Amino acid sequence: MTALTHSAPSRLRFDLWWLPRGILLGLLAFAIFGPLANLLLWAVTERWYFPHTLPLEYGFSFWARVFSPRGNAMESLTNSVIVAILAVAVSLALAIPAGYALARLKLPLRGLILLVFMIPQAFPNLPVYVNVARLFYEIGLNGTIAGVVLVHVTHGLVFAVWIATAAFAAIDVELEQAARSIGAGPLQTFRDVTLPLAMPGLMASAIFVFLESLDEFTGSYFVGAPDVNMLPLLLYNAGAGGNYQVASITALLLLIPSVGFMLVVERFLKADVLSRVGR
Amino acid sequence: MNDEAFLDIAGVSAGYGRTPVLKGLDLSIRKGEFVALLGSSGCGKTTLLRAIAGFVQPSGGAISVAGRNVTNLPPDKRGMALVFQSYALWPHMTVAQNIGYGLKLQRKPRGEIAGRVDEMEALLGLSGLGARKPGELSGGQRQRVALGRALAIDPQILLLDEPLSNLDARIRLQVRHEIRSLQQRLGITAVHVTHDREEAMVMADRIVIMNAGRIAQQGTPEEVYNRPASSFVAAFMGAENRLVLTGHAEASRFGILEGSDNAGCLVPLDGRPLASGSVEARFRAEAVELLPAKSRENPSEAVLELAGRVVTVSYPGGLWRHAIKVGTAEILVDAPRAFSPGEAVKVRIPHQVLFLFNSREASPPPKPVSRSGVESRFLEVSEA
Repeated sequence: MTALTHSAPSRLRFDLWWLPRGILLGLLAFAIFGPLANLLLWAVTERWYFPHTLPLEYGFSFWARVFSPRGNAMESLTNSVIVAILAVAVSLALAIPAGYALARLKLPLRGLILLVFMIPQAFPNLPVYVNVARLFYEIGLNGTIAGVVLVHVTHGLVFAVWIATAAFAAIDVELEQAARSIGAGPLQTFRDVTLPLAMPGLMASAIFVFLESLDEFTGSYFVGAPDVNMLPLLLYNAGAGGNYQVASITALLLLIPSVGFMLVVERFLKADVLSRVGR
Repeated sequence: MNDEAFLDIAGVSAGYGRTPVLKGLDLSIRKGEFVALLGSSGCGKTTLLRAIAGFVQPSGGAISVAGRNVTNLPPDKRGMALVFQSYALWPHMTVAQNIGYGLKLQRKPRGEIAGRVDEMEALLGLSGLGARKPGELSGGQRQRVALGRALAIDPQILLLDEPLSNLDARIRLQVRHEIRSLQQRLGITAVHVTHDREEAMVMADRIVIMNAGRIAQQGTPEEVYNRPASSFVAAFMGAENRLVLTGHAEASRFGILEGSDNAGCLVPLDGRPLASGSVEARFRAEAVELLPAKSRENPSEAVLELAGRVVTVSYPGGLWRHAIKVGTAEILVDAPRAFSPGEAVKVRIPHQVLFLFNSREASPPPKPVSRSGVESRFLEVSEA
């Protein structure tokens, strides 16, 4: 009896907890999906001005404008995707050996080096890229795809190395030793045991670099423009000119490679992650 | 003996950082021999195994296999296979891929690999599990996959690093015999690291007991069990009852002087190098006879008789176990019938099971870890 009277208020309190949680979740959902909904609306709008809650006229005439030969959309999209893929390739080529070496270091030293890697990120982007642009101009890298890729790699590499280090550190050294003991050389061991086991983590770091590269504006602007036009630049120009339709359509275009890349990577990720969960 | 040494370890020292773990250790193992390295944790047995496998670089000494010095060879060039305590199966490969990996490295044709993998699976009772991932197997099955992976490449030497310690007690007893009979059938040279005395006894041809980076004693299971060379070995092999007595050595016999709690007696020396003075006596709980104090039956000459009082009685199964106070020391004694607490008793220790040592060990022997309940008696005897 006494137990019942004690439990009643506590259950009530428990029930009431859902209220703030629900509100919080609702606000969060609005914060995430609200702008997206607005973006979708703008992409199919012909006319929409201030006092009206919804567009006055719907249509696809702005899509035709974006995709017209003068619109630069396809060129920018191609540039963005090429740069992103190259940035991923270069970052992984650097992050895999660096991450592996760091992962096999003793812990305090590893943490220190990773922290040192972070220092460049502490400086504001703008002055850094202005200087990079000047330097690249002198050596002829300004306005080239290679230049933009380099800028994006420096931007994403720190995090790529961090994630790769974590992925490699999670692999038990004994799994590698087991391969060595039955006759695998160091490179064979890395190829057959270490790399497949680190793959989910490496894929995560690839996603990160890819998305960062697609989104990157400051570096692309100073190093790439006007010779190499990237999608975020197009977006910026349209947005700054008050042309929300073009900006929204460009933003949607920007989604295509991101979602596509994530779908591809997720396919690779699933098989591996599942085999690990069962362990 | 040294001529037929297949795996020869000569003066090997090794350590981590500045802490020495192995101190100039010599050991030679014949072809086809099963050697167990037995010791408590931190004695260096795993370090020795890893030095043999090539994962620990010795700071001194040499390791050779069939006359070939392998000390500076990487692990993959030594023709050995190591079975890990954690099994270290590759989670992204199937059972068949795990077992066949070593053969794939040898660039064997696909058909031959498949045949050998089937053979190993049949040998180890893993048939039908080839397509599974290690995560879908039980502990015993994983252990067998790890063994199969090592055996598939036909290693010259099989190294086992406590491969049974992660198994359930019942499966462990079974796998012990499986590994032993497999090793005998295939004629493999095997080095097995364990801290389980019974496991070492039933599996090995030769037991090497290690203590603080050195070999404390080596010999067949009977030798180390019945003729321990030191107080440490005696304690490790289960003779944990410990008393301090005084005596004097004669030509071929050792006379134990009568003390406050023991009668005097003469025991044959049997070639033991005992000097007169204070000796440490060790014996096993199950090896002695327990009698009522008023028993008139006279002991034969070569039997040490102690007088004491029962403190507690328990029944671990089979025999009754008595804790008995002898002077200031407490000993454990098994008897087929129960004596009641407080009862005055006599303990008779035949000379064959009474281990006497002159020197006191520098460090007190650590408690051996034994999984079987009957053997788990730990006794810290404090003596003046």
